[in-house]
Amino acid sequence: MPKLKSLEELQKLRKQLQGDIKARTETSATITVGMGTCGIAAGAREVMHAILAELDARDIDAHVTTVGCIGMCSKEPLVDIQQGDEPRITYGNVTPAMVPRMIEEHLIQGNVVEEWVVGRVMGQEV
Amino acid sequence: MAERYRADVLVCTCPACTKAGAPEMQQALKVEVERRGLAGEVRVVETGSRGFCSMGPVVNIQPEGILYFQVHAGDVPELVEETLVKGRVVERLTYREPETHKAVPHYDEIPFYGKQMRVVLRNCGLINPQNIEEYIAVGGYHALGKVLTSMTPEEVIEEVKKSGLRGRGGAGFPTGRKWEFAHDAPGEVKYLVANGDEGDPGAFMDRSLMEGDPHAILEGMTIGAYAIGAHEGYIYVRDEYPLALRNLNIAIEQAREYGLLGEDILGSGFDFDVKITRGAGAFVCGEETALLASVEGRAGNPRPRPPFPAQSGLWGKPTNINNVKSWANIPVIISRGADWFNQVGTETSKGTMIFSLVGKVNNTGLVEVPMGITLRELIFDIGGGIRDGRQFKAVQTGGPSGGCIPAELLDLSVDYEHLKDAGSIMGSGGMIVMDENTCMVDIARYFLDFLKDESCGKCTPCREGIKQMLSILTRISEGQGEMADLQVLEALARVVKKASLCGLGQTAPNPVLSTLRYFRDEYVAHIVDHKCPAGVCKALIEYSIIEDQCTGCGLCRRKCPQEAISGEKKEPHVIDPELCIRCGVCLDVCKFDAVAVR
Repeated sequence: MPKLKSLEELQKLRKQLQGDIKARTETSATITVGMGTCGIAAGAREVMHAILAELDARDIDAHVTTVGCIGMCSKEPLVDIQQGDEPRITYGNVTPAMVPRMIEEHLIQGNVVEEWVVGRVMGQEV
Repeated sequence: MAERYRADVLVCTCPACTKAGAPEMQQALKVEVERRGLAGEVRVVETGSRGFCSMGPVVNIQPEGILYFQVHAGDVPELVEETLVKGRVVERLTYREPETHKAVPHYDEIPFYGKQMRVVLRNCGLINPQNIEEYIAVGGYHALGKVLTSMTPEEVIEEVKKSGLRGRGGAGFPTGRKWEFAHDAPGEVKYLVANGDEGDPGAFMDRSLMEGDPHAILEGMTIGAYAIGAHEGYIYVRDEYPLALRNLNIAIEQAREYGLLGEDILGSGFDFDVKITRGAGAFVCGEETALLASVEGRAGNPRPRPPFPAQSGLWGKPTNINNVKSWANIPVIISRGADWFNQVGTETSKGTMIFSLVGKVNNTGLVEVPMGITLRELIFDIGGGIRDGRQFKAVQTGGPSGGCIPAELLDLSVDYEHLKDAGSIMGSGGMIVMDENTCMVDIARYFLDFLKDESCGKCTPCREGIKQMLSILTRISEGQGEMADLQVLEALARVVKKASLCGLGQTAPNPVLSTLRYFRDEYVAHIVDHKCPAGVCKALIEYSIIEDQCTGCGLCRRKCPQEAISGEKKEPHVIDPELCIRCGVCLDVCKFDAVAVR
């Protein structure tokens, strides 16, 4: 590590490093992947990796968490997206190929991708 | 851009958690995360303490904010399977509400943390203290950058004065004014010292801070050095704190590597570097002049003031010395502003205070609270009340030389002035809770015994006065006291308080004076009735077996180290008072409450 020569360099370094501990400091959008046996069997792990890769590539702040089965096993892999006070939107039968559009339209533009939605919950609690 | 992790598993590596098995558990976590193929998504991070030390090893899962307590290697597969793979809470590892036994998985919902306000301990347990990049990522060294690029030394001092910060080492002297003295003192060479010599029995605020967030101390020191014009600083840490020493050394190395210590810091032209002085664990070296003598390599004896260190400190040069907690406050004051800081706390005591809450309280650990919180809130809301459903009797604040505050004063506001009025001190933040089974005469005796050993012996009032007070207290606790002893005790205490050279002697009589003030009847009971009401002083108590309650199980007979208990099976047993050494084992083992102490 070369020595920091100015406040600007420190700020630049901080910006680079912030992503590294985001999980501990941010309270931004949350993306939840159903990771029960049913989810995993239907390919949830691949979907989650696609989400992580997409977020990484586009440098987006969002938490990715996993949950167990919520009972809608036929629609797995299920992915929920929750932003601020907006309703929590559940997408069903998600494939890695769907991830870029979901993130572009929902997370960035704020438009729910209606054709893939299988449920929505008001507030944070399910 | 660093690799993206969806979860960070924070494992506390403080000595308490380490002793409880954190390293094995952490190893198991790493293996399990690897085995489940989660290594690219989930990261295991070592952190400092989150304070809830009675519940270690502690694991904190982010971003969910789930706290698991007493996690051992055997719990790891379930934890990984349930929480990291399936996103479910493992209820058996969470905090439980004492009454309802309801699981409380989230950090902010646990009462122990609910009333806390973490300013100084902001990063402890949240970042890896051995990695400067994590400190920078949470905004670390930004305050230093701001100071070096946009503030004059005078402006920095003004800001600290305006914040109302007072020394966190005990005496509570306004930090900004202290800096001003050192800044105004004539001389080219000036020094700066961080006092991390924590010696109160049972206290670990400074240790935890040095272990958990060493860069906060370094950043505060560098800002202070710029303000007073020092280029060399020392951190005084006792050698009994190996992890604090290790983390501080790593932090200093990394800060140098990043150009945040050493020459030309952040390209500003300002030079400052820090050395560590390891102390040998003498209580008196927490006193500033004794500490300075020790840094110079001399015996740790205090000297009269004035001259104050700000005029003549290390090697006769102007020196500014602050507690490590005071230093860690500085970056917050600079980055958030004095006006934010002085909104927290009371009229005369600003900001927060860290206490190590120990003794007969349910939740022992490290807590940081706004000044002005009441003792009741601290002990009952955060501390969860008294252990085993017993009665609260007193709380001692400020370490061994603090006073004991009784139950009538539980609603006392915790700040410098109120504690002083109540006959105690803020001190460095020790807080020992006592229950009804604590004898106040014995407590006073215990602390004086400690202080007698720690007195450096340089001045007569402290050296001889403490010894005499101790011998009177010992006499009283053995039932040999006289009522006239109480007057002698009080007179001696006043002399020691007034005439001693340094803070050690000046505060040493506090345990005696405060227990005499609030618990005089207990002294009288020892002297006149030859009784110890709490059943502690061995010469004044007698163990006996209550015939009606004894089932004759024989457990006490088998456990008694003196073979002082006899009796037939299923018949009431008896204790021979001649053989009994009053160790209390029979009382502890009896399952039928059949052992009485009188």
